[in-house]
Amino acid sequence: MEDAARLLQLVVNGAAAGCIYGLIALGFVLIYKATEMVNFAQGDIMMLGGFLAFSLIAHWGLNYWVGALLAIVITAAFGYALDAVVLRRVIGQPQFAVVMLTLGLGFIFRAGAGITWGYDSVGFATPFTNKTVNLGGLVLGQDNVSIIVGTVILCGVLFTFFSKTRVGVAMQAASQNQLAAYYMGIPVRNIFSLIWAISAGVAAVAGILLSPVSMIDVNMGFLGIKAFAAAVIGGFGSIPGSLIGGVIVGIVEQLAGYYLPAGFQEVTSNVVLLAMLILRPQGLFAERMGKRV
Amino acid sequence: MRYVFRTNYRQDLAVWRHRGDVFWYGLLLLLTLAIPMLMGEFYVGELGGVFIFAIAGVGLMLLVGYTGLISLGHAAFLGIGAYTNSVLLSKGVPFLITLPIAGLFTALCGAAIGRPTLRMSGLYLAIATLAFGSIVGTIFQKWTSVTGGFDGFAVPTPYVFGIPLDNATGIYYTSLVVLIFVVWLSANMLRTPVGRAMVAIRDSEISAQSMGIHLARYKTLAFAISAGMTGLAGALFAHYVRYLAPDAFDVLLSVQFVTIVFVGGLGSIRGAILGALFVRLLPQFIAIIRDDLPFGIGRMPGLEPSLFGLILVLVILFQPGGIDGLWLKAKHWFQAYPLKRASGGRRQKSYARSERLR
Repeated sequence: MEDAARLLQLVVNGAAAGCIYGLIALGFVLIYKATEMVNFAQGDIMMLGGFLAFSLIAHWGLNYWVGALLAIVITAAFGYALDAVVLRRVIGQPQFAVVMLTLGLGFIFRAGAGITWGYDSVGFATPFTNKTVNLGGLVLGQDNVSIIVGTVILCGVLFTFFSKTRVGVAMQAASQNQLAAYYMGIPVRNIFSLIWAISAGVAAVAGILLSPVSMIDVNMGFLGIKAFAAAVIGGFGSIPGSLIGGVIVGIVEQLAGYYLPAGFQEVTSNVVLLAMLILRPQGLFAERMGKRV
Repeated sequence: MRYVFRTNYRQDLAVWRHRGDVFWYGLLLLLTLAIPMLMGEFYVGELGGVFIFAIAGVGLMLLVGYTGLISLGHAAFLGIGAYTNSVLLSKGVPFLITLPIAGLFTALCGAAIGRPTLRMSGLYLAIATLAFGSIVGTIFQKWTSVTGGFDGFAVPTPYVFGIPLDNATGIYYTSLVVLIFVVWLSANMLRTPVGRAMVAIRDSEISAQSMGIHLARYKTLAFAISAGMTGLAGALFAHYVRYLAPDAFDVLLSVQFVTIVFVGGLGSIRGAILGALFVRLLPQFIAIIRDDLPFGIGRMPGLEPSLFGLILVLVILFQPGGIDGLWLKAKHWFQAYPLKRASGGRRQKSYARSERLR
C-alpha cells in the first residue's frame, strides 16, 4: 500500500511536470505546423510570461486571476510583435538560420529579464500554494492538480477555437497550404503572427501554472529543451501528441529520479529524446507520408 | 580588377586562384609566425585561444557551411577530445601520439553519433545534437573516476621533442601548426569528389541522391571529420585552460561555435577563422571598455551571452554572408570603384525547401 501510494504520488507529480513540458511543446508544434520554423526561445517566452505575472500580481497587487489573464494577453501581444518584426524577415531562409535566430533571441530575452527583474528566483502567492487535496487517502498538492486541470481546460479552449471559429479554421487552412489559403482570401501573414501570439500565450500559461511549484528565474527557459523530447515523442506535428509526449516525459523523469541513482534524472528526457529519434523519428502519432518532389 | 581566365582544368582545381593569393597568404603566415616576438605574452595567449577556436570553427564549417547539417552539440566533441588527450597524457603517452588519437577517437564518436541521427532532417538534427551535447556534459560531471567530476582535472604538461609546452608561445605555435593542417586538409578535401558531394548534399539532398551520392555515407563522413577536427581543438584546449572543469563544455559553448560559423560567414573557411577571431576577441574588448560604458551596462551580469545573441540575430537578419561576405562586398566596392552598382551585393532571394512530407 505504501509503495502503491508512493508510486501514484510520483505519477501525479510527473504528470504535472509533464503538462508543463506538453504546453511548451504545444507552442513548438503550433508554430512548426504553420510556418515550419522551430522556436528555440519558447522556454524563454514562458519565463517572460512568468515574470510578467509576478510583476502584475506581486508588485502591482492585482488579483491573481486578473493578473494572470493580463500577463497572458501581454505575452501573446509580444509573440505577435516578435513574428511581425523579426521572424517574418527570415521566411525562405534555410531552417538552421531560424534555429540560430531564435536561439539568439532566447539569449536576449534572458538578459532582458535579468536586467528587469534581477537574477534571483522570485515567486508570488497563488490560490494553490501550499494547499492539498485529499482524494481517498491520496494527498496531492493543489499546485500540481491546478497544472493538470489548467492544461486540460486550455486544451479544450484551443480545440474549440481551432475547430469552431473562423480564425481557427483559417489557421488550419494556412498551415495546410499557404498558397491555397492565400487565394481564398486568408491574410496568411497576419494569421502566422496570430499563431505566434497563441503560442506565446500558451507559454505564458505554462509559466504561470508552474510558478507555485518552482520559482520563476531567468534560467527557467532551459525547460524548453525537455519540451523538445515531448514534441518529438508526439511527432512534432500533432497537438494532442505533444501533450501526451509531455506527460510521458514528465512521468519517466519522476520515476527515474526515484528508482535510479542520482544524476540520471537530468538526462532522462534527453535519453528518451535520442532513443525516440533513433527508433521512431516520426513520433508515436504521426501518419506515414511520402515526399513528392 | 583582376579576372582569372581559366585555360585548363588544372587551374580550376588549384588551391590558389592566382599568384596574389600566394603572396598575401604567405605574408599572413610570416606575420603569424612573427607575432610571439612582437607582442606580449597576454596577446600571444589570446591568439592561441583564437587559433584553437578557429580549428573547431573550420570543423563545424565543413558540417554547417558545406554539408548543410547543423550541430548544437560540438562542445561535447571538444570535451571528448580534451579528456581523451589529458587522460592518455596522464597515463604517460607522449603528446605527439595523444593529439592525433584524441582527434581520431572524437571522429569515431562523431561517426557513431552521426550514423543514427543523420536520417533526420535539419531541425531534428539540431535537437538531437543538443540532447547529445547535454548527455555528454552530464557524463563528464558524473564519471568522476575518469574526469575527476567537479573537482576538475589537472592537465599534465605536454612535451614536443623534449620541449615543454607550458607557456603561451608553445601553445600558440602548436595551435598554429594544427590550424594550418586543418585548413589545408579542408581546402583540399573540398576540391575532391568527397567535398563536392558534401556541397551537393547541402544544395539539394534529392538531386545529390539522384546523382548517385550515398547520403548516409557522406553525411556520416562529414560528421566524423567535423567531430575529429573539433577533437583536435579540444586536445589543445585542454592545454590552453590547463585545468578541465566539466561544466565548461555546455550548450553555451556549442552555441558559441555555431556563432563562429554564422558570424564568420557560411560556406567559407576564411569565414570560420574570422568568426573565431571575432568571438574570442569580443569578450576581451568588452572587458577593456567595461568601465567606460554608461549606466553601469558593463557591470551587468549576462552581458556577454546577450551580446552574442544580439549579434547572431543581427547577422542573420541583415548580413547573412557574415564577416566574410562583408569583406567580399568591400573588396568588390574597391575593385569596381566608380562603377559599383547598388544591386551588386544584394541578397539573392532564396526559398527554403519545404521539409514537410506533403
